[in-house]
Amino acid sequence: MPKIQTNGLGLWYGGFHALKNVNAGFEANKITAIIGPSGCGKSTLLRVFNRMNDLIEGVRIEGDVLIDGSNIFDMRTDLVTLREKVGMVFQRPNPFPLSIYENIVFGVRVHNGRVKRDKLDEAVEQSLKSVLLWDELKDRLDKPALRLSLEQKQRLCIARLIAVRPDVLLMDEPCSTLDPQATARIEELMRELKASYTIIIVTHNMQQAARVSDDTGFMLLGELIEFGRTEAIFTAPRDKRTEDYITGRYG
Amino acid sequence: MRNPHRTQKIAFFLLLLATLLIVVPVGLIVVIIIQKGLPGISWQFLSDIPRQGMRAGGIFPAIVGTVYLVTGAIVFALPIGLLAAIYLSEYSKDNFLTRLIKLAIVNLAGVPSVVYGLFGLALFVVFFKLGASILAGSLTLGIMILPIIITSSREALESVPYTFREVSLSLGASKWQTIRHIVLPNAIPGVLTGTILGLGRAAGETAPILFTVAAFYLPFLPKSVFDQAMALPYHLYVISTQVPNVDEKIRYGTAFVLLALVLFMNLVAIIIRYQFRKKKKW
Ligand SMILES: Nc1ncnc2c1ncn2[C@@H]1O[C@H](COP(=O)(O)OP(=O)(O)OP(=O)(O)O)[C@@H](O)[C@H]1O
Ligand SMILES: [Mg+2]
Repeated sequence: MPKIQTNGLGLWYGGFHALKNVNAGFEANKITAIIGPSGCGKSTLLRVFNRMNDLIEGVRIEGDVLIDGSNIFDMRTDLVTLREKVGMVFQRPNPFPLSIYENIVFGVRVHNGRVKRDKLDEAVEQSLKSVLLWDELKDRLDKPALRLSLEQKQRLCIARLIAVRPDVLLMDEPCSTLDPQATARIEELMRELKASYTIIIVTHNMQQAARVSDDTGFMLLGELIEFGRTEAIFTAPRDKRTEDYITGRYG
Repeated sequence: MRNPHRTQKIAFFLLLLATLLIVVPVGLIVVIIIQKGLPGISWQFLSDIPRQGMRAGGIFPAIVGTVYLVTGAIVFALPIGLLAAIYLSEYSKDNFLTRLIKLAIVNLAGVPSVVYGLFGLALFVVFFKLGASILAGSLTLGIMILPIIITSSREALESVPYTFREVSLSLGASKWQTIRHIVLPNAIPGVLTGTILGLGRAAGETAPILFTVAAFYLPFLPKSVFDQAMALPYHLYVISTQVPNVDEKIRYGTAFVLLALVLFMNLVAIIIRYQFRKKKKW
C-alpha cells in the first residue's frame, strides 16, 4: 500500500479549478518528483498533504487523500498530528530569527511541551547530524540562524523538520535558491534521507527530477497527466504532452 | 523649454524650505523652554511640594501624579490594545464587524482630547461613581491612547513575515502557539515603541484629566488610586493662567520638566526602534 494515496482529488481556489481528479500513490522510502510548468498546481498538490491550504480562504476540496490508510480530511484527523507526521520544506530557506539551537527545538517543544534539556540537546545533535551540519555548527549552536549561508539555512530547515520526527517530507523546490554545488549536496542528502522517509519533491528542474527521484508525476493545468517510474517517464513517456514538456517544448 | 537644472534647483530649495519650516518651531520651542526653564531646575524644585500658593517650592506632587496617571493608563491600555491588535491582525476575517471595529479605532484617534475628558467625567467619575480620582483619570487617558497602541501593535504584528507563521503552522504548532512564540516576540519592539509614544501623549494632555482627576492644589501625595492628584500639564496650566504673580522660573521650570519627560519617552521609543531595525534581517 502506498504511504499516500489520492483518490479523485480536486481543489478549487474560489471559482478557480486548480487540481483536477488527481489519482496517485506515493510510496514510502522513495522520492517522488512532481514536475510541470509554472502554475500547474504542483505546490497546491503538495500543500494538500499537510493541509496547509486550510489557511487560505475560499479553498474547496473534493476526493480523498489517504495517509497510512486514513483520510486526512476526516473529521477525526487532528491537524497537529497530521503536521507532525507530514512536514514541509519551503522554497526559500526560512529559519526563524532565533539561534540555531532554538530553531531546531521549536517543533520538539510544540509537540512535547516542556522537555528536559538533555533530550533537547540530543534532538539537536541527531537532527543536525542527519543533515550533515553537526560538525560545522556544533560549536556555535547559540548563534543566530539568520547568519548561516543559504545552503546551511536550507539544511537547518530540514533539520528543524526532522527533529519533529515526521514520516513524510514535502519539499517545494528546496534547491531553487541554491547554487549547483549546494544543490548537488542537498540531493545527496535526500538520497540518504529516503531510507527513513517518504519524500515528495516539487521541482522545476527536470535534470533534478531525473537524478534524485524514483517516481515522477507530470502535471499540466491542474491535471496529473502521467505518473510512474522516473526512468519510464523520462525515456518512454506515454502521453504526448509529457514528451513535449520533457523535451523542452513548453518552457 | 526652461533650463531644467534651474527648475530642479528651485524645487530643491522649496522642499528644503518646507522642511526647515517644520524644524524651526520645534527647535525654537525647545531652546526657549530650556533657556528659561533650566535655571529654575534644582533638586529642591523637583522634590519639594508647592508652597506659598504655588509661588514657591517644587512640583513633586505633580510629577508623582503624572507618573501614576501614565502608569495607570498603560496598565489599562496595553493589554487591551495588544489583545485587540492580535485579534484584528491574526484572527478577524474581513467582514462587517471587523470593518466597524477598524472604523471605530480611526474615529477614536480623531476625537478631541477634551471630549475624552467629558466622557471620562460622565462614565467613570459620575456613572461608576469613582469620583475625581487617579483611577478615573488613568482610565480616561487609557481610552485616549488605545488607538495609538492598537494601530502601532497591529503594524508591528503585520510586519512579521507571513512565512514565519506558515513554517510554524507546518511544524504542527497551533495558531496560538505560533502567535505566542513566533509572532509576538518579533513584534514586541514595535509594540513597545507604540506604547511609549502613547505614554508621551498621555503625559502631556490636560483636557482628559481636567474633570477626572486633576487637583488644583494638593500639597501632599495621593494615598490610593481613589485619590485626586496633581499632574504636570494641569499644574502648568494653573500656574500660568490661574495664579497671578508666579515666578517665570517656576512656570518655565515646570514646562521644562514636562517637555523633558515627553522627549525622553520619545527618545526611548526611537532607540528601541533603531536597535530593532539594526537587528532584523529578514
Ligand atoms: N491562494 C490562491 N488563490 C487563488 N489562486 C491560487 C492561489 N494559490 C495558487 N493559485 C493558483 O493556482 C494555480 C496553481 O498554483 P501553484 O502555486 O500550485 O502552481 P505551481 O505549479 O506550484 O507553480 P510554480 O511552479 O510557479 O510554483 C496557479 O494558477 C495559481 O495562480
Ligand atoms: Mg510552486
